[in-house]
Amino acid sequence: MEVVKVENVTRTYKVGNTETQALRGVSLTIENGEFTALVGPSGSGKTTLLQLIGCLDQPTSGHVTINGKDVSTLNRNQRADMRRASIGFVFQFFALIPTLTAYENIEMPLLLAGVNGTERRNRVMELLDIVDLKDHAHHRPDQLSGGQQQRVAIVRALASKPALLLADEPTANLDTPNGKVVMETMVRLNKATGVTFVFATHDPRVISYARRVVTLRDGLIADGQVTPGA
Amino acid sequence: MKQLLTMALRDLGRNRRRSLFSALALGIGLALLLLMAGVVNGEMEGALNSAITLQSGHLQVRSKTYTEDKTSLAFEDLVENPGDLAARIGQLPPVAVVTPRLFASGIAAVGDRSVGLRIVGIDPASPANDPFRKGLVGAFLAPDDREGVLIGQTLADKIALKTGDSLTLLVNTSNGDVDQQAFVIRGVFNTNTPGFDENTVLMPLAKAQAITRADNHASILFILLKDKEQTGAVAAALTSNQYDVKTWLQLNDVAVQTEQLANGFMYVLYLIVLAITATVIVNTLVMAVFERTREIGVLSAIGMRSSRIMTMFLVESGFLTIGGIVIGLVLGGLMVLWATVFGFHIGNIGATGLLISDTIHAHLTLSDTVMLTALTLIISLIASLYPATLASRMEPVEALHGGRG
Repeated sequence: MEVVKVENVTRTYKVGNTETQALRGVSLTIENGEFTALVGPSGSGKTTLLQLIGCLDQPTSGHVTINGKDVSTLNRNQRADMRRASIGFVFQFFALIPTLTAYENIEMPLLLAGVNGTERRNRVMELLDIVDLKDHAHHRPDQLSGGQQQRVAIVRALASKPALLLADEPTANLDTPNGKVVMETMVRLNKATGVTFVFATHDPRVISYARRVVTLRDGLIADGQVTPGA
Repeated sequence: MKQLLTMALRDLGRNRRRSLFSALALGIGLALLLLMAGVVNGEMEGALNSAITLQSGHLQVRSKTYTEDKTSLAFEDLVENPGDLAARIGQLPPVAVVTPRLFASGIAAVGDRSVGLRIVGIDPASPANDPFRKGLVGAFLAPDDREGVLIGQTLADKIALKTGDSLTLLVNTSNGDVDQQAFVIRGVFNTNTPGFDENTVLMPLAKAQAITRADNHASILFILLKDKEQTGAVAAALTSNQYDVKTWLQLNDVAVQTEQLANGFMYVLYLIVLAITATVIVNTLVMAVFERTREIGVLSAIGMRSSRIMTMFLVESGFLTIGGIVIGLVLGGLMVLWATVFGFHIGNIGATGLLISDTIHAHLTLSDTVMLTALTLIISLIASLYPATLASRMEPVEALHGGRG
């Protein structure tokens, strides 16, 4: 079953009088449970495609469908609701709220989803356990290493049991051992939860973890560069 | 909501010094407003109280043809047999004190100097004279004293006389002549109201009637009520064809209008001070929004709606405002307490038409405190709508990139 369907999507940014075409007609389907890498050089459109799939942005033309729902024309609040219900994000910068502890950061999407107290506590502790950070539950981000922060970010993205987890260069700010731990965690969680993972990267060590690779170049999917899903 | 409150408090704690100074600015603003309100209210209330207790009373009963400015002594302008009328009025339950007073204009001659005066004939036994007894240096007048007068401290200083000295008074009489007599200063009173003390001479009513040839007449019946709010009702009860009844509002129209003007002016000042403090709040929150642009993007990415992001900043502003208000109430309370107990000495400011005390004591009312606190809260929250809206309208993609565009 397809989780994501991208149909002939373009995205043009206008800065002053200059127009930049970040995507120039991309079509792509991602099936449930895939572990897919979007690869390509800087400026190829990886991040833009992730943002459109993640309902953070809207295409200039074309359609993006998530779980059968066309999200291209949703308004601001509808997109926020879609993100909260169906999509988790992991960013290159660790993107934890610095004033909240690891526990509270993971709890935030559950609070927004209106999950009750007991269920919330159980879910947060379960997620912290999955990434071996139970002992760090009440540490704030500045008391965690980069790798630990990114693991917290990954389980926060999974907290509300989304259909899709999107990661933009998740290891770019990590050293090799921590990057390895993060990627292995993502692979493990993909297998354990069945959540569809899509991540953008240009790091060859990270690409090797992907079961499917989609290569972008100059805003288009490069011919013959889509490897079939595993 | 608990999470929003926690986040707001912790966000304020990120830059403690900035938050503290913002709250302090708001607090100082509110404290100054409370002090200003207390001082102006104290000054106006003091002026009105002085005018009522020293000059007008709550009510005056007088002849229909009496004109205050002329200090007429013609019999038709005066109240005949004032003692009888006072006794009748005194039986009304709301009336605390009623006493006849006779006013005449005169001149004090001391050596080669002369000073224009208002001579007031009083019943020395009346409690209406308590303001003159308080702070009196020397002896008070006896009803049958034929040579004694009391003068105000400011006048005593002006003409360099003291208790026991003598001075010659030239007094207008009811038949248009001028009479002259040497008097002994029995005492010097000090009402702390230079405008009154510098031109008032008190003498027993009987002596004033004698020297002015007013016989058994008085210019007015001076009435103090147990409750000022009863003025209208008592005035209505006293209204007759024979006499004119004037209320303290009519008799002190300058003071009342000045108070209204001062209140209007104060509102302008309130808004200026609050606009400045609101700017500090806006500045603090706008800085916070720009510093936390990426976080706003993250919150938006995990599904926080714009309205919730806005609420988060409004809660933060609410905490800042409440902190500022607490500081303001404590600081303002201490300042007002000091100004209430010790006051500001302003001396003789030479105001005409207003009996302003030489020392202004603040008087802050509960309603002014509540009104200013509420005004501070409302203006601060309105001001914080701008940064809160700014945060809530950020596009997630731009916010995640630190506010591009």
